[in-house]
Amino acid sequence: MQPSLEQKLWMYETMVLSRRCEEQIAKIYMEGKTPVFNMANGTIPGEMHLSDGQEPVAVGVCAHLDAEDIVTATHRPHHQAIAKGVDLDRMMAEIFGKATGLSGGRGGHMHLFDPAVNFACSGIIGQGLGPAVGAALSRKMQGKPGVAVAFIGEGATNQGAFHEALNLAAVWNVPFVCVVEDNAWGISVSKAASTSVPRNDVRAASYGIPGHYVEGNDPYRIHEVAGEAIARARAGKGPSLIEVETFRLAGHFMGDAEGYRPEGEKDALFEIDPIPRMRQRLLDDGDASDEQLSNIEKKAEERIEQAIRFARESDEPRPEDALTAVFAQA
Amino acid sequence: MTQSNNRKLTIARAMAESVAQEMRTDDRVFVMGEDIGELGGVYGNTRGLLEEFGKERIRDTPISETAFIGAAVGAAQDGMRPVVELMFVDFFGVCFDAIYNLMAKNIYFSGGSLKVPMVLMTSTGGGYSDGGQHSQCLYGTFAHLPGMKVVAPSNAYDAKGLMTAAIRDDSPVVFMYHKRLQGMGWLGTEPGATVKTPEESYTVEIGKAAIARKGSDVTIVSLGLGVHHALKAAEKLSEEGVEAEVVDLRSLVPLDRDTIRESVARTGRLIVVDEDYHSFGVSGEIIASVTEHDISVLKAAPRRVAFPDVPIPFERGMEQFCLPNADKIIAAYREIEAG
Repeated sequence: MQPSLEQKLWMYETMVLSRRCEEQIAKIYMEGKTPVFNMANGTIPGEMHLSDGQEPVAVGVCAHLDAEDIVTATHRPHHQAIAKGVDLDRMMAEIFGKATGLSGGRGGHMHLFDPAVNFACSGIIGQGLGPAVGAALSRKMQGKPGVAVAFIGEGATNQGAFHEALNLAAVWNVPFVCVVEDNAWGISVSKAASTSVPRNDVRAASYGIPGHYVEGNDPYRIHEVAGEAIARARAGKGPSLIEVETFRLAGHFMGDAEGYRPEGEKDALFEIDPIPRMRQRLLDDGDASDEQLSNIEKKAEERIEQAIRFARESDEPRPEDALTAVFAQA
Repeated sequence: MTQSNNRKLTIARAMAESVAQEMRTDDRVFVMGEDIGELGGVYGNTRGLLEEFGKERIRDTPISETAFIGAAVGAAQDGMRPVVELMFVDFFGVCFDAIYNLMAKNIYFSGGSLKVPMVLMTSTGGGYSDGGQHSQCLYGTFAHLPGMKVVAPSNAYDAKGLMTAAIRDDSPVVFMYHKRLQGMGWLGTEPGATVKTPEESYTVEIGKAAIARKGSDVTIVSLGLGVHHALKAAEKLSEEGVEAEVVDLRSLVPLDRDTIRESVARTGRLIVVDEDYHSFGVSGEIIASVTEHDISVLKAAPRRVAFPDVPIPFERGMEQFCLPNADKIIAAYREIEAG
């Protein structure tokens, strides 16, 4: 079943918002890092993992989620955070390391937490899975609504945590969905070189749960498959595993020369960039006019500019605040 | 004093009683771990809970520590108050990411907007020839890493009060119980750990040491089973007119440095007894807490009685050679006396 028109427009808007976010971060990230690149310098110091190209997964899944549902994300979390409704101003401020950031600068871009929308991250591969299963268990035990979705990359399927968490979720029959973003590369090692099966959906059989593989980085198809899995979880019928074929248009991190990619791969990927493709599809299907979509794009750009303004204008944390918030506040 | 206050409990029973009392008044509390249901915990600390609370809240897990400790973190962040068991502390090697990268850091990474109210209870200690992967204490390993409180009781009274405090705490607490203090006969239990324990619910404040024995000539600081070695050494020293003060740390994080410093300021002499490895651990930290504060209070160089920096050997003679005991503490005092 296709998404509703409202869902389609939300998905497009959110994909554009995420892309504009990454484009702006990429630009600002280089402030203070030229002519000599030093990760420690600049407006945004540290590692930076951008999600360009992977937006369809985030929107296809999160279109089915409300604030009460739980998402655990990875070291590459911006598209998922934006699609889950994380406070954009505070997220940007966190990425900049400002006092107004989600954690006041203690976490950074790999550790985005927004309890208001039940969003959490771990920068360690596969380690969001356990907490997502636990949150799903919590809802089941409390008799409260809510589904937990753990986003992971395809590289994480070779972590022990993947096996343990999927087995546990299945044994306890909790409302949990594991979504694997298969961007084909674990930093520089290809999926073919690291993974014993071409598609991870077959691994679902090991846990007696449904497994799905979605080809083509197609937001509508992702929306459909995720919708079934999430509805199944909500109905108390247990967890599912979904792997989605996607790709990253950026390096693993900013500064990655991507010498491992075969020649021409990157150019070919830009040809199938999911955002212009979805735009064309909306036009072709008569779902939106060019003017309507331009309007959405302009609004997204303004929204990101606002978040960046908020981040730039915010104060830096007091250095000594590093010593606070180690334990829960009384 | 009510009759209940004359009742003696083992640490195992004290832990189970605390958990049961909290579970009766708070639906959010539940227990999970390996063999904690039907079996009642390998060390007896969940005995009787399954019968009262059922399988939903007393949840046997698969042998998947990464998943179920990670799940405890997720459940705690979602409003539950899990008590989760890592059967042997030695098993931390298969699941430490869930402990020190998730459990211990998520409050900080959320800038304090999250609570992670969970208890990780785990068994420590050797002395019964269980070999080098089932006998460690690893107190220093856990206490070293920020973001988790760490407690290690030496007796049933403290075990019950610390467990209740741990369950009510909004931060993660690692509850390290020593196998030889559990009151399990098959482990050669230490009788001094089985003490009068009130039936009613109460807390022992996390981060407060106790003076287990008053004395004026030397301060012996220890935790867990080491406290009992220290008390035995103190009795022997007393026969020759030397009065040792024994400080039972009870908590490692937060560490009650004031009580240690105050005691050493009075006695001028310090021995630290620790079943964990000698170097880079608890014993060094205790000594540094005194010396960096005011080295002038010391009349002699401090001494430590700790496990040498070797894996724990299996054979009885070799293992006992390495473990702390009362004789080693007395020998340490002789060295201090000799100057």
